[in-house]
Amino acid sequence: MAAQTTKPKKKTIRTIPQERTPCPEQDPAIRARNFDEVSLGYGLEQALVEAERCLQCADEPCVRGCPVGIDIPGFIKKISEKHLHGAYDIITDTNLLPSVCGRVCPQENQCEGVCTVGETLEPVAIGRLERFVGDTAIREGWANVPYIEPAGLRVGIVGAGPAGMACAADMAKAGCEVVVYEAFHQPGGVLKYGIPDFRLPNEVIDAEIRKLEALGVRFECNTLVGRLFTIEQMITEMGFSAVFVGTGAGYPSFMGIPGESLNGVLSANELLTRCNLMRARDFPNFDTPLQPGKHVAVIGAGNTAMDALRVSLRLGAESVHCIYRRSRTEAPARVEEIHHAEQEGVDFNWLTAPVEILGDDSGGVRALRCVKMELGEPDASGRRKPVPVTGSEFEFVCDSVVFAIGTNANPILGQTCKLALDRRGYIATDENLATSIVGVWAGGDIVTGAATVIQAMGAGRRAARAMKAWLGLRDSDAVYGDALGGTLFGIAREEHGAARVRVA
Amino acid sequence: MNATANSSTRFRIVAREDFSDVTYLLEIEHPQMARAARAGQFVIVMAEEHGERIPLTLADFDRDKGTITLVIQAVGKTTRAMQQSCRVGTSLYAVVGPMGIPSHIGRQKKVVCVGGGLGVAPVFPQARAYHEQGAHVIGVIGFRNRDLIFWQDKFGAVCDELIVCTDDGSAGLKGRVTEGLTQALARHDDIDEVVAIGPPVMMKGCADVTRARGIHTVVSLNPVMVDGTGMCGGCRVKIGDAVKFACVDGPDFDGHLVDFDDLTARLVRYKRAEGEAMVRFEESCRMRDEAERAARAEATAGDLDLSVDRPSTDA
Repeated sequence: MAAQTTKPKKKTIRTIPQERTPCPEQDPAIRARNFDEVSLGYGLEQALVEAERCLQCADEPCVRGCPVGIDIPGFIKKISEKHLHGAYDIITDTNLLPSVCGRVCPQENQCEGVCTVGETLEPVAIGRLERFVGDTAIREGWANVPYIEPAGLRVGIVGAGPAGMACAADMAKAGCEVVVYEAFHQPGGVLKYGIPDFRLPNEVIDAEIRKLEALGVRFECNTLVGRLFTIEQMITEMGFSAVFVGTGAGYPSFMGIPGESLNGVLSANELLTRCNLMRARDFPNFDTPLQPGKHVAVIGAGNTAMDALRVSLRLGAESVHCIYRRSRTEAPARVEEIHHAEQEGVDFNWLTAPVEILGDDSGGVRALRCVKMELGEPDASGRRKPVPVTGSEFEFVCDSVVFAIGTNANPILGQTCKLALDRRGYIATDENLATSIVGVWAGGDIVTGAATVIQAMGAGRRAARAMKAWLGLRDSDAVYGDALGGTLFGIAREEHGAARVRVA
Repeated sequence: MNATANSSTRFRIVAREDFSDVTYLLEIEHPQMARAARAGQFVIVMAEEHGERIPLTLADFDRDKGTITLVIQAVGKTTRAMQQSCRVGTSLYAVVGPMGIPSHIGRQKKVVCVGGGLGVAPVFPQARAYHEQGAHVIGVIGFRNRDLIFWQDKFGAVCDELIVCTDDGSAGLKGRVTEGLTQALARHDDIDEVVAIGPPVMMKGCADVTRARGIHTVVSLNPVMVDGTGMCGGCRVKIGDAVKFACVDGPDFDGHLVDFDDLTARLVRYKRAEGEAMVRFEESCRMRDEAERAARAEATAGDLDLSVDRPSTDA
């Protein structure tokens, strides 16, 4: 009895729950035919058990593993204390979109990949806990709208995807009037057109966007920057003090094999955009058509490929095949995604490369001619290079072929403004993401090439930090020390740009 | 609910004109686009929230009035539905653009601008641009018959010569626009460029006419698109040995290099679904018309029953 009143014992790897708390999921057989979310997320009970598994270690490798540096042990501690709003406050200090990131971050390569618990047991399910907090906030209607002092500056953001949204949030909090321009008719970028509802429901994205609007961010859809007005015009004529470009990558790659223009061959981007954003899956209630194949071959094994495979299943395909020239170990998709796709009945064909798409009489697809591969020496990417096995060609019967083998840089900004590009056509930036035009920053896929949602958000925030410094705005994230030394009129020198001194 | 902050009056229709039972003109308020637009560019339109995104080449833009003009042929479900729903004062759900690389209006001295069928309106901005730049512009525009002719005066104002062709010979030259083009080429041996816009078969015909003479020929392609920003790759076309995306690499291409057979084959990609949508749309129109007729009959038959709601004409 007395033990209860004493200080609780320090948690050790032996005292914490040994098993990772399972997350309830829809049954694979049922979910493979619907667009409802696969992972149902933790309830409070499960979240509390999982939060117990965090050692609250002093080293905090998870914080360093997070591209935006969320205070992970901090918010998990708040969950343990059943102070969910406190947990939400901690996360939103650094990440405005916990419901999104908790779902789509590759945690196994980031926070969870370096978790101390993970050295011995399965790591703490940080992503699921983050999602739990974010979803609770949406359900309860929490929004942390701080008091914002107007800075009298306008910031323009090109692209309403994850990079632009993250940058918009930071600049709005710094007091800027933020306008986000989006070419599509809805904001969200890849979160809306790319990631399917069963991984990230649209309501979650809309809820997160409403939070940005609550911060004062204005979204201007149906606006193709570059063509309707240029980046230069934003700076010179439209009165923007700074501009952030986060237009994403775009321009899907094809392989250049014969038969690619047959009907029934499309990019994963087209399949996903038609299905997710344009709601072709609800045709004819929505007007956008999509003619899903009965037997679908998806080429590639990244996250986009997994989305295309699983979307095809849900659109009613009888068989769905993943064609990848390397082996499972080299597949770029998240382990969880491959696992989910397998559970749902996707047929994986590793070490298989397409060489030709064969047509039928009516211009459609009849089959895919493939060749077997084997792994040779490591190539430039460090992965073992696949080489064709001679005489191993075979025909793979299918009526639809989807390419999910990456994207190239979108050419629109290069065509319409003087931003310097790198040799691959992406926007060239310095380490602070400043571009060749003064007052213009860029980040996300249009700078790095295809990456993840959280990396794009990290870039948006990094650019925001640089923009604030350039605009002379006080950065609430920065630690204002004594770098310049001393005070002037009793105010630290670094604070002079922000302080409003009233002389009586 | 959408998080979109579009006000419902953003893309207001300020004028409409019906050229025939299938061709109609919409003039849409969009001052920013009217300023930015150049000849050869296109827009993507969504009529309503559940609609599809359809690419339409700009037929005109008026910087002073702040409007853009689209000329639409009611051929599919969306364009048919728009024909019924788009009235002056209503708004479109989304209009984005101007998209695509503007036509290169160079220092050509003599050009022929050919527009056939749904290509007549989109070739107008190019004819005007060449006219303003000081070129001798020969317009060749083609229609099925004299009743379908429109914008003859508008073309007349910017063309130094205008050849109107009709398939049945009821007005102007009898024959297709390729006939008109051949005639124009016969009259002038110093033509620098031919611009041809219309159905693939017509552009192909024009390219064939000019190929022998080696006259640079520009065609404007309008394949199946979703986003119009280079993201989906649905609009890929074969240009010589290369594959290009019409939305961001075009829509103008060298007519002598375009693989028109490939273009034509790819235009029917969603034919089945489009056909289904059309049947369903026609059925819904028929049912609505019948309901209206029945209601009207009831209203007139029953003298005492004055409470019957008058069906709204654009229900």
